[in-house]
Amino acid sequence: MITSTPSIIGDLAVETAGLVKTFGAMRAVDGVNLAIPRGSVYGVLGPNGAGKTTTIRILATLLRPDSGSARVLGHDVVREAPTVRKLVSLTGQFASVDTDLTAEENLLLLGRLLGYSWRQARRRAEELLAAFGLASAARDQAARLSGGMRRKLDLAASIIVAPDLLFLDEPTTGLDPRSRSALWEIVRGIVADGTTVLLTTQYLDEADRLADRIAVIDHGRVIAAGTRGELKNSVGSAGLRIRLLDPAHRDRARDLIADDKIAVHDEPDPAVLSARVPAQQRAGAAAELAAHALGRLTRAGIGVSDFALGQPSLDEVFLALTGSQAGPAQPHQAPPAPAGSQASR
Amino acid sequence: MTAISSRERPAPASPLAASLVFAWRSLLKIKHVPEQLGDVIGIPVLFTLLFTYLFGGALAGSTHGYLQFLLPGTLVLAVVFVTVYSGVTLNADLATGAFDRFRSMPVWRPAPILGALTGDIGRYLLAGGLVIGLGLAMGYRPAGSAAGVLAAVALVLLFASALSWAWITLGLVLRSPNAVMSIGFVILFPVTFMSNIFVNPATMPGWLRAVSNINPVSHLVTATRALMAGTATISQVLWAMAAAGALIAVFAPLAALLYQRK
Repeated sequence: MITSTPSIIGDLAVETAGLVKTFGAMRAVDGVNLAIPRGSVYGVLGPNGAGKTTTIRILATLLRPDSGSARVLGHDVVREAPTVRKLVSLTGQFASVDTDLTAEENLLLLGRLLGYSWRQARRRAEELLAAFGLASAARDQAARLSGGMRRKLDLAASIIVAPDLLFLDEPTTGLDPRSRSALWEIVRGIVADGTTVLLTTQYLDEADRLADRIAVIDHGRVIAAGTRGELKNSVGSAGLRIRLLDPAHRDRARDLIADDKIAVHDEPDPAVLSARVPAQQRAGAAAELAAHALGRLTRAGIGVSDFALGQPSLDEVFLALTGSQAGPAQPHQAPPAPAGSQASR
Repeated sequence: MTAISSRERPAPASPLAASLVFAWRSLLKIKHVPEQLGDVIGIPVLFTLLFTYLFGGALAGSTHGYLQFLLPGTLVLAVVFVTVYSGVTLNADLATGAFDRFRSMPVWRPAPILGALTGDIGRYLLAGGLVIGLGLAMGYRPAGSAAGVLAAVALVLLFASALSWAWITLGLVLRSPNAVMSIGFVILFPVTFMSNIFVNPATMPGWLRAVSNINPVSHLVTATRALMAGTATISQVLWAMAAAGALIAVFAPLAALLYQRK
């Protein structure tokens, strides 16, 4: 292609169409379409091996896609890779700091590469170390820092020159809860300063707390995308969970509640049932369902220890989405491969 | 958290500046991880002592006389073995997220490799200086001038930098730093022994002498020995430089190609 078509929608931070990357027989990324608006945190959620890291590596110009196109901040990641590199910053899945060097040396090194003089780089390093609570560890080798501190250093390194788009590949994997909240706070600060963040995570709570919009990715494909609310609505607007006093009553309780509109499921906990209001139902349907179900149980003399009514958790959304796609009959199956390569699939 | 972000965007470092920053990084690693110099220091010291005192008398009639012959050879041996670390460190680097970050930055692509090669010269000087120092302490006296010794060291550094490209190529292909180290040493042991480092090839059987005579290491040792003895001819030095040039011509483009594909 000789001419470059300008992006139709100018305010997208990331725009991909039919992105494919294969490693041997494995289609790591299998037709990913993303449209990520500027100025937000966008979460890419998926299990291990879903293609999250490969997607990020393509967007950060570290890998060339086999087919499809990707534009970052309006620039093609293959043809305009040097321009893209000036605008983005990557924090890899495993800390991207040099563990042999001290915290300060890591920042100095990157500051120099980004074009600061030694003096400017030193000043910027001090500023960042102080802002991230790392000043006392400035002269410690990065290998000696705790996981949380190393991740903080990693984030500091990513914003020596604030990028327009920051890639965070599983930023809190392996961290304790306190370090995770500290890191989330830092990410929010970076976003408030005007950086768009593309975050991959396998933690639903992380996506739920941090991301404005979420794409769920599995087997190299985006299987759902939208705001948190939209994703939850797509699975069912609201759910009811009932815990019975006596697990032995569960079969009877299920028959009492279920009717042609409401499906009732057994939960792993033998005393718990869950019911889902279909997404098309009008507002208030969930409350009616709860009143109806609890009334019937009371009249039948089945004791309820507690119940909860609310939106499905992202966990439920995730399992519903990935579970429904896991079978052999995928709706968007690629055309059959030529006979030669079939054996390896 | 106030104003931790800086929107000021300086022009990225020039290719030269970026390479020098990576050279600095390489020197920092020598400073922070000195234990990786263990083999670097061990092998040449051991070989110089071992061959001089154990075999010197048998090979050359006297340990002192043998040392005069051997020392330029162990200088080459020491530095040539150290070159393997160029591939080892690159391989270790590629496996880390740090390298991914460098590659996603607006940094001249070859800078990490060229910078590391420049920094590696520090390691070669350390190993070479150690061997010469040890030799002087053991009674080695170069017959040539100080300028001749310096020229010899410069020639060895040139050859080492050229040979590093072979290990960088290997470092880009193999899976682990240990594999680079093992294969490097497995190649270097026969190559350095089948040369004129330890003995005069005239005593070897014909086929081995032929191998030794085309061995690039032999050309380097011949030139180094002659420079340090003050008897060097232009053609001896040119042969050594040609060997270095051939290594670069083969491995530098290969490494560049592999690196691009990474």
